[in-house]
Amino acid sequence: MTQKRKLSVVGTRPEISLLQWTTIGLITLFILIPFYSTALGGFKTTGELRVNPFGLPASWDGANFALILGGDTFFLFMWNSLVIALFTVILSVVVSAMAAFALSHIRFFGRTYLTSLFMLGLLFPFATAILPLFITIRDMGLLDNPTAVILPQVAFNLAFSMLLFRSFFQELPIELIEAARMDRCGYLRIFWHIVLPLSLPILTTVGVFAFVTSWNNFLLPLIMLNNDTSFPWPLGIMQFQGQYNTDWPKVLAFLTLTILPALVFFLLAQRYIISGLTGGAVKG
Amino acid sequence: MAAFRRRFGDPKSLAAVAILVTPALVLFVIFVLWPLFNAFLFSFYKWNGYGPLEQLVGVDNYADVVDHRAFPLALRNTVIIAIASLLIQLPLALWVALALYQKAWFVSIFRTIFFLPYMLGEVAAGLIWKFVYDGNYGLLPVVGDALHTDMPFLLADRFWVIPAIILVIVWKYFGFHMMIYIAGLQSIPNEVIEAARLDGVSKWKIMWFVKIPMLRSSIVISVFFAIVGSLQLFDIILPLTGGGPGNASHTLVSFLYYFGILRMKIGFGGAMSVILFVLCVGVTIIYRRLLFARADA
Repeated sequence: MTQKRKLSVVGTRPEISLLQWTTIGLITLFILIPFYSTALGGFKTTGELRVNPFGLPASWDGANFALILGGDTFFLFMWNSLVIALFTVILSVVVSAMAAFALSHIRFFGRTYLTSLFMLGLLFPFATAILPLFITIRDMGLLDNPTAVILPQVAFNLAFSMLLFRSFFQELPIELIEAARMDRCGYLRIFWHIVLPLSLPILTTVGVFAFVTSWNNFLLPLIMLNNDTSFPWPLGIMQFQGQYNTDWPKVLAFLTLTILPALVFFLLAQRYIISGLTGGAVKG
Repeated sequence: MAAFRRRFGDPKSLAAVAILVTPALVLFVIFVLWPLFNAFLFSFYKWNGYGPLEQLVGVDNYADVVDHRAFPLALRNTVIIAIASLLIQLPLALWVALALYQKAWFVSIFRTIFFLPYMLGEVAAGLIWKFVYDGNYGLLPVVGDALHTDMPFLLADRFWVIPAIILVIVWKYFGFHMMIYIAGLQSIPNEVIEAARLDGVSKWKIMWFVKIPMLRSSIVISVFFAIVGSLQLFDIILPLTGGGPGNASHTLVSFLYYFGILRMKIGFGGAMSVILFVLCVGVTIIYRRLLFARADA
């Protein structure tokens, strides 16, 4: 293992100039210092923060963290975010995989029109439709219900997810599907038994992508959810910050606790996020 | 029957299509197309969201948006942020990507660090920087002390608030653009660069005349994301400034939120939505035109 690693370093020694190293060093500080002082800030007192926001805390006092973890809102916010994200992921993956398969492998009248109709969704952000969306959701009686966030998220994810799925499905060997057709296998069974098992990488990519966008979504829950028992974490943290205003140590502790699980997940899933971004980017 | 088949496809396949496509189509129509159409419709009415839609006011809402005291500010900020993203963020991302696309374990550590803020929620990023900029408890006053000057309260200053927001945007999104460039650079065949090197072409010339031209499609994408991203910027603004001080840091979407949605001025908000939609679609169309024009030349 060590030998292999050594070889790869020696074999392709990166050429990075001094100027580039300097830039990289400065940017590393620029990126990490806000994280670093946020993480430490939760252990400090307000007075300490005022004179010493950079240094280590005088004592590692976990009272702020204990207060937040002991209260019931933190876990409620995280749970709400998780529920919304998981349902968004499942629905996004299922619905867009099905549609993308039909649009890439079944010949039927209006296929190209339908495809361009869906791809229209790539053109504009959902902020443009948020106000009438609110009216629609309200008239459906779904306000303050997680579905008020889940369904529009799935709908607005469709274009991008279908783009990723379509470019993947089109690369599948067409012989495979034709052979199944010869054996009088229907398209639904082909989709379920042949295409889906082969599509694990792209399913994961689309799923991870839907999860991240849902987890971080702010505008949609802000409009749709008024009751704080249904808040996901971005709304929860804004409420918490409003409550404690300049009591920064508490706010920073709250921030640290919400960021931490997300960072662990994102580090594990980073590969899929990047492949989704670049896959979509190259084809789009 | 045969004619039907030839024209529309075979009935069994059509049934499969119906089952597979309907869920997506229903969601798309109800939650994307219908609201979009409604935004257009509402924009011609005066309506507070309750009761029947009956008070037709023509283009008054559009006039109200354009005449609103905060609208020019929001538009100006959006344009400034887009230009700053293009001029600061993208060259920086490209410069770093040219170093970090190479394969080595310590290089990938920096890639991960630089990508970290992109994966962070916008609200969390906004609050972290609200703390950094805080004139009493944040990092900025300490920097000021070290430089023996008094730092202004950046987020409360009508001039400094926009540069401060731009810095947060660079922090948050620069890694995203870097990753797009890295993916592009890694897909350049090694032989091309090797061939140039064997011909004795200098590193700088390889960068300018081989690598960057071959990155064209990555650059096209990243410019597009930078512009569209500026057009829809909202999540960072709310925790950082809420559009203040005195509307100085509104963007188009925060303007829509504060003056249309929060006040339930549906017609006004509808007009703003249509303006935003036209801008997004317009940018996309113009951008594609420009690209194809250049490709033809």
